[in-house]
Amino acid sequence: MAPGTPRLLICAHCDTVYRRRALALGEVARCRRCGAELERHHRLGADALLALVLTAMIVFVQANIWPIVTLELNGQQVSATLWGTILAVWREHSQVVALLVAGTLFFFPVFRMLLLGWLLWFARRGRRAPGFRPAMVALHYLRPWTMSEVFMLGALVSIVKARVYFDVTPDAGLYAYAALMLLITVFSGLDLRELWDLGEARA
Amino acid sequence: MSALPRAAELGLAGCRVCGLVCRDISAPEAACPRCRSRLHRRKGASLARTWALLVAAMILYLPANLLPVMRTASLGDVSDNTILGGVVQLWQNGSPGLALIVFGASIVVPMMKFLVLAMLLLSTRRGSRWARPQRALLYRVIEFIGYWSMLDVFVVALLTALVQFGVFSLVEPLPGVVYFGLMVVLTMLASMSFDPRLIWDGGDGDD
Repeated sequence: MAPGTPRLLICAHCDTVYRRRALALGEVARCRRCGAELERHHRLGADALLALVLTAMIVFVQANIWPIVTLELNGQQVSATLWGTILAVWREHSQVVALLVAGTLFFFPVFRMLLLGWLLWFARRGRRAPGFRPAMVALHYLRPWTMSEVFMLGALVSIVKARVYFDVTPDAGLYAYAALMLLITVFSGLDLRELWDLGEARA
Repeated sequence: MSALPRAAELGLAGCRVCGLVCRDISAPEAACPRCRSRLHRRKGASLARTWALLVAAMILYLPANLLPVMRTASLGDVSDNTILGGVVQLWQNGSPGLALIVFGASIVVPMMKFLVLAMLLLSTRRGSRWARPQRALLYRVIEFIGYWSMLDVFVVALLTALVQFGVFSLVEPLPGVVYFGLMVVLTMLASMSFDPRLIWDGGDGDD
């Protein structure tokens, strides 16, 4: 295997080499050639991050068990949960769409939160979790495919569209999605690569 | 401008998965010592792969926009809606702001991805030094906003589940939405397979 040099840093967007230096709290290092972000020092330690992941998990469960919206027409009510939506689309012969929705809104976010929680649980004690390496690689590939925040906006658009014909009541699930959206915004600013610095020698 | 050395010139490569800087990557099966991913100076066949995915996405873009994505039926009154038709409806029913957001996510973003990626592919193949920082920025922008195009797929899915009032009112997904969803996935894969480091290759690094 090729030897590694953790004291250097390469911009993934333009291949420029930098000497790594310690960043101040909240500081972001940007590439001088192309302007892409190189590294950031976030304010949150492993404890705080784990707390955030646990919060996200709790909120995610809420977002999944409660209905998102209820429609009413002539006294008849219909409400939908995320899984109700996936199954309805599946039954309407759009299985590809059902799979896309199930993947991007349920399975990928669940894997991501579980993997992150697992890694952080051990990172709190300065250790690499069992299965650290495959988990980190999986997180790298999962990252672009979780779309809960897009779904939140989609739910708002659906409400506005349905409001013309029906009485619409937003339900607990929608508020859970709104909270999840905020948590995801915090997560998307995370630079997980810092975790690789844990117990390098034990690898 | 001070010299900004590039990894390829120094015989180094950054691992695309974990970011570790690696030396001696000339071996054909060189792997990152930290995450064991294969190491490449540049993503393999990036231009060809990106072109293939981009053209496939452009082909799907036609049925995705021309075919209706959902059918609404109420008391025998059936109407099929395309993506653009949905935007127009939203505009007329008093939410021009939201209509603009949907128009942006569903029509402008995929279009922008096609144009930007095609422009990047053509200019990098020529090793063009034109507007490199701006092109690099455009690439980061389409990477960042690309997945918001999935918005309409989620809207159709949620309305399908919600509007289930038998003969009074029903919503069904139509094949357009399948093409649309696949088109979004293909544009995401296309922008992931493009290697932005190629923008800076060819000619002398700095201007």
